[in-house]
Amino acid sequence: MPNATFHSVATSVAGWSRRMFLTASATSLAVPLFARTSRAEAMDPQTARAKDPRDPANLALTVNGRKHQLALDARTTLLDALRERLGLTGAKKGCDHGQCGACTVLIDGRRVLSCLTLALVAEGRAVTTIEGLAKPDGTLHPMQQAFIDQDAFQCGYCTPGQILSAVSCVEEGHAANDAEIREYMSGNLCRCAAYPNIVAAIKQTKHSMREG
Amino acid sequence: MKPTFVGRSVRRLEDLPLVTGKGAFAADVAFPQQLHMRVVRSAYAHAKLLSIDIAGARAAPGVHAVWTAADVKKIPPIDFRLTRVPGLEPYRQQVLASDRVRYVGEPIAVVFAGDAYLAEDAAELVSVEAEELPIRLRAEEEPGEFAPGHSSEAAVIRKGYGDVEAAFRDAHAIVTLDLKVGRHSGVPMETRGAIARYDAARDVLELYGAAKVPHWNRDQIARMLGRAPASVQLYEGHVGGGFGVRGELYPEDVLVCAAALEFRRPVKWIEDRREHLIAANHSRQQQHRIRAAVDAQGNILAIDDEFFHDQGAYLRTHAVTVPDLAAAMLPGPYRVPAYRAVGRVRLTNKTPGGTYRAPGRFESTFARERLMDAIAAETGLDAIAVRRRNLIAKVEMPYRRVLGTLGTEVVLDSGDYAGLLDKTLAKIGWTALQAALRQRRAAGERVGAGLAMFVEKSGLGPSDTVRISVDPTGAVEVVTGVASVGQGVETAIAQICADALGVDYARVRVVHGQTDRIEQGSGAFASRVTVMTGEATRIAATALREKAIRAAAELLQAAASSLDISDGEIFRADGKAGPSIELGEVARVLAASRSHSDASPALAAEGTFRTDHMTYPYGVHIAVVRVDGDTGGVKVERYFVAYDIGKAVNPMLIEGQLAGGAVQGLGGALFEEFVYDERGEPLAVTFADYLIPTAHEVPPIEVMITEDAPSPLNFLGLKGAGEGGANAVGAAIAAAIDDAHAAAIAEDLAASGLSGCLIILLVIARESGRPSNPQRIAIVT
Repeated sequence: MPNATFHSVATSVAGWSRRMFLTASATSLAVPLFARTSRAEAMDPQTARAKDPRDPANLALTVNGRKHQLALDARTTLLDALRERLGLTGAKKGCDHGQCGACTVLIDGRRVLSCLTLALVAEGRAVTTIEGLAKPDGTLHPMQQAFIDQDAFQCGYCTPGQILSAVSCVEEGHAANDAEIREYMSGNLCRCAAYPNIVAAIKQTKHSMREG
Repeated sequence: MKPTFVGRSVRRLEDLPLVTGKGAFAADVAFPQQLHMRVVRSAYAHAKLLSIDIAGARAAPGVHAVWTAADVKKIPPIDFRLTRVPGLEPYRQQVLASDRVRYVGEPIAVVFAGDAYLAEDAAELVSVEAEELPIRLRAEEEPGEFAPGHSSEAAVIRKGYGDVEAAFRDAHAIVTLDLKVGRHSGVPMETRGAIARYDAARDVLELYGAAKVPHWNRDQIARMLGRAPASVQLYEGHVGGGFGVRGELYPEDVLVCAAALEFRRPVKWIEDRREHLIAANHSRQQQHRIRAAVDAQGNILAIDDEFFHDQGAYLRTHAVTVPDLAAAMLPGPYRVPAYRAVGRVRLTNKTPGGTYRAPGRFESTFARERLMDAIAAETGLDAIAVRRRNLIAKVEMPYRRVLGTLGTEVVLDSGDYAGLLDKTLAKIGWTALQAALRQRRAAGERVGAGLAMFVEKSGLGPSDTVRISVDPTGAVEVVTGVASVGQGVETAIAQICADALGVDYARVRVVHGQTDRIEQGSGAFASRVTVMTGEATRIAATALREKAIRAAAELLQAAASSLDISDGEIFRADGKAGPSIELGEVARVLAASRSHSDASPALAAEGTFRTDHMTYPYGVHIAVVRVDGDTGGVKVERYFVAYDIGKAVNPMLIEGQLAGGAVQGLGGALFEEFVYDERGEPLAVTFADYLIPTAHEVPPIEVMITEDAPSPLNFLGLKGAGEGGANAVGAAIAAAIDDAHAAAIAEDLAASGLSGCLIILLVIARESGRPSNPQRIAIVT
């Protein structure tokens, strides 16, 4: 038997690691992102140093209508920023690979996978999470109510992502019929498999969202 | 008319926090000063560990400590929770591998750091020197050595009765099949997680992220770490799906507890998805070599099954539960005069196995129902007729199987199997469906229908205790020792309590999964909760009701027999006018009372339900599929589940359970498989490889719930709903695919002269885009 020295499997077969990807993309993204910022900020020595992703980058995130000033490792995903820095744990980390949809949030009304979105990308844009969907007085968004009415979940883990994705699905105009809803909701996995009831909830809400 | 809640599809009490992002799942728990744990896992399927170099990791930024087996050598291996048979101890898993690793993913070391990403970075710096050893990937191959002196065949399960040899000697025909079930598992959307914290002020070790069986895990953690059970407390928050996998005691749970004690800081571990797919329990993988002796009319004379259970690298908490259940439940709803099952539990270099929704039954139903179809083919009888002829009759209930499992004797408590079959065929319009399919086949489409029957089990004892109290505001609290994995426990238990006590179910708060609230608890598995905790709740609520009425009778100066409770108010029900009193007021008066005769001044009562036997729900599945002639892709057009629940507490929840289980079954039958390459490298490590069904693939699941056979073993007649949706999917889908191919195969058969069964394999193999499909669904003679 040959002797083999190996490193832990955190580095996978092809030597590919999600951390390496995030480091690389954060570094390359830094240029166009900072190009958007004002001249004064771009000249700020602290901002210029942010090209090393480990140095905290300052950014302003607007989440559910509230503005937050954060200093973040440039590689921080929007999901981690929401969960770990802002205490908004409604968005879930089901796979961290953009394959399950549990982390879905809205940016400027469009659904995005927050685990594959750098927090920096969301700067200056409106982020909506499940915590911000109901009215301030607690009245549920029609989609939240429909998920209750139609028994559209069991364990509830994927539910925040499903609801935000469903809101977007309707607003995109992709809820014309069952087949279309199924296709445009297929990025949100539900292991309890409440899919037929999720489809029903979207159909229920489609009309009230239009009326509302 | 008094309002009743049992039997109604009332909305769930669980819902509001879950639709507003307020759920508290394991990863949502955080404590100040917490450390994050990252597990260094084996990259080899089988290797001897030569050295582990942790210096680089130890020196990495933010790292607090790095542990290897040497640091935890006092911690014993994880013990068995169920189905312990003698001689299994050497096959248990250590929390960290010490000299050998036996599967890719086995924990070798753990890194603790102040930040989860720094822990992950540091874990990549742990260098392991190892010598690869030969690997074993097929349970059906001759066993070898697991460890010096221990065979890789850990146990052989033997069950049976009657003279099997004689039956085969005298048989009109013998039908033999060789069947494989693939490797899949629960794969909940929430990965595992554990957060331990030591409270030195109270000398209590706390573990958050608990699920399924918190009390058993508490006792084990206490034993493994040398503490008194009362100084270890487990807390269940929201649980993002269980399905059998989550909540068993795993190495990581013990490691965070040991670390929290050692470092005196909270320690948090959240599994990532890749880890989940290679570290949490796998399930299902079995090969059955099954044969039936039948007479000329298609009556079963005997079934003889030898099966190979691919346990993976170690025996975990379930020991041999899955193969034991497979052997005990295989006869299903049929009269089987003589029976022999030999289950060979074999260790392989894969992720260790445990239970997954309908454990042992998904597998044995597949084997049995494929056998029934083969008997029909052999005798030239209709597949339905063969089943009907062999079903145990209603008048034979209760039916003693002369088999045991999970420490109980299998006694089918009640059932009208033929009745449900009739209702199912009528409901789906079987005759018309067959005609329509024939027409479509004649037009060149490959469409078919498959039917499978099964018996489930539920309500495993031995006991459950529930404590119910009413506070001065009238709020009701039900404290249970069960757990919730997201299936609606709180609602169902509240409904039962509400009816027995006389309150609105929305006033009932159900506590579960908190070891410091109740001394004992059996947890949530084996579809036991509604039956066991439900009946204990009814008993406790009835006692509480009597206590409240006794107290109120004194206060209202009325005979207890004249009083009733409705919507939390005690009133005269004998038609005479008189004052009434709220339950909360009774609680307040009792608490302040100095002279009341009752020992406890609280408006509270306890109830315990004990049982020696499980209840046995049953069902029928029908699948209608279309097979693409070019690609072999299978499209499920309809899926129908009929299920007799005995008594439905909340039909909406049951429908959700049955439909959800059916979809998981479809995943196992058509999409999901833990594939390994020849070096034992797992190939299904992301959701791009392990394909759980999405909204796109799932047809509407049609569900029919009947209440024709209430269980005689509890007052309400309850049976469980958790697993019947998954049980027969493999069998029904395989039968439907066979049916779809029937026409094509007949032609091929005429042309080739090969056996029909082999043709099925060939046709499916030729047409399938997925080479693993034929192994899973085909009949091979």
